[in-house]
Amino acid sequence: MKKDTTQHKDTIIKIDNLKIQFGSLEVLKDISLELYKGENLVVLGKSGSGKSVLIKCIVQLLKANEGTINVQGQEINSLKSKDLDNIREKIGFLFQSGALYDSMTVRQNLAFPLKRIKKDLTEEQIEAKIIETLENVGLPDVIDKMPSELSGGMRKRISLARTIIVDPSIMLYDEPTTGLDPVTSDEISNLINDIQKKYKTSSIIITHDIECAKAVANRIVMLNDGKIYKEGTLAEFEKSKDELVHSFFKN
Amino acid sequence: MMKTIPISKFKNFAHKKTIDLSEKTLDNKNKLATFFRDVSDVALFIVNVVKNTFSRGFEFHEFLKQCFQIGNKSLPLISITGVVIGLVLTIQSRPVLVNFGAVTMLPGMVAISIIREMGPVITALICAGKIGSGIGAELGSMRVTEQIDAMEVSSTNPVRFLIVPRVLATTLMIPLLTLYADALGVLGSWVASNIKGDVSFILFVSQAFGDVDFMDFIPAVIKSFFFGAVIGLVGCYKGFNAGRGTESVGKAANSAVVISSLLVILVDLIAVQITDLL
Repeated sequence: MKKDTTQHKDTIIKIDNLKIQFGSLEVLKDISLELYKGENLVVLGKSGSGKSVLIKCIVQLLKANEGTINVQGQEINSLKSKDLDNIREKIGFLFQSGALYDSMTVRQNLAFPLKRIKKDLTEEQIEAKIIETLENVGLPDVIDKMPSELSGGMRKRISLARTIIVDPSIMLYDEPTTGLDPVTSDEISNLINDIQKKYKTSSIIITHDIECAKAVANRIVMLNDGKIYKEGTLAEFEKSKDELVHSFFKN
Repeated sequence: MMKTIPISKFKNFAHKKTIDLSEKTLDNKNKLATFFRDVSDVALFIVNVVKNTFSRGFEFHEFLKQCFQIGNKSLPLISITGVVIGLVLTIQSRPVLVNFGAVTMLPGMVAISIIREMGPVITALICAGKIGSGIGAELGSMRVTEQIDAMEVSSTNPVRFLIVPRVLATTLMIPLLTLYADALGVLGSWVASNIKGDVSFILFVSQAFGDVDFMDFIPAVIKSFFFGAVIGLVGCYKGFNAGRGTESVGKAANSAVVISSLLVILVDLIAVQITDLL
């Protein structure tokens, strides 16, 4: 089990009584949770339990029906678009599909957020940053390739590189290991830990891959039926006699 | 003897009819609400595009890229279409004009038909098929694969980056493609005239443009700007608002072509009415 590297219990994200529904379907019923500075918080749950919806609410890709979300002390539901952009610049979001821009090379994919968020950088600085970030994710040789020429694992790594290139202080990972083989999944989990150490990020990792959860979690929250079912450390989850928790951890 | 209906049966019948009627009213109400919601969505979308067109941070590089994609890459298709329009119009009209002994009017007649109507409308319809479906499918697949969401979370306004350059590029490129198709149409007409006759190119062109007025060009060019805007806006709206599944990409591309083609014809109808009044 990973050691709790959280030095101070400073709250980075605070979610209170979050409710969201699509038509008559209530996806999140009453979610309250906190993300502390420097920790990796894993959100576990069955498919369709509302895990991805939760982090999409944090970056306002989806609007909550009720409840508040505070990111570094700012209530984001009521922010104007310019202030929301300022908050979004501090948050890195790794999409489940990778979401690399198909029409751009790897270099252009990485330069895209960098040019827009760090506007004072020169072309040379941008190039140097791209090369450095690609080395950090272990793929320095694919810089001129198109996303369609990359494997699933490589796409995930490049997507991760595009997310960390702007030095976010908060990382949100949406199913980072889904669809990958066990070896690549381990590599991605190690990369998540490296990013936590190197960039001092506070992260929420959405997953149902228990091996990934074991490798990266400082704390775990389990969602079921739109509500928080259980919260605790990995050891507490592993010892739990609860049937649903056990069904995740039985292997 | 008259048969009496028990009051309970009548009550049941009335109750069932009331329920049927209320369900139908509710259904119609929902359809009406959906229609008005769609109309307001389209209006808000257009306002958003216009607002972002005139706000700071115009994506000039992306605009040039789209002009190249939309303009340059449509040239082969428009070239073939332009030449064929000229050929067909001339081959079809020539026998009638020969019967009336008015074959010298052929170049002028074909040129006016191409410049006023055939060139702009056929170019716009071809572009609605090629460009409209391309934009709808591209933006639709970007929506499905979360690329538009990725843009949004990296503090980039997707309307400004994706939609404004595409709409402006179609608005600018379709009139240019129309003029190009007009020129090739006249060329095609000259080729067709030479199949059964013998006319020099200079004589043909001078006869063709001798009958064409400046006022034949202006309304045609103005309406092709509107055709371009319609094709760009419809393609972008359908692609940008595609659903989440892969089938929605096909739907977005398909409806972009159908709706923009229909709107091109409607805009043409309005433009003809306005030109007629002038």
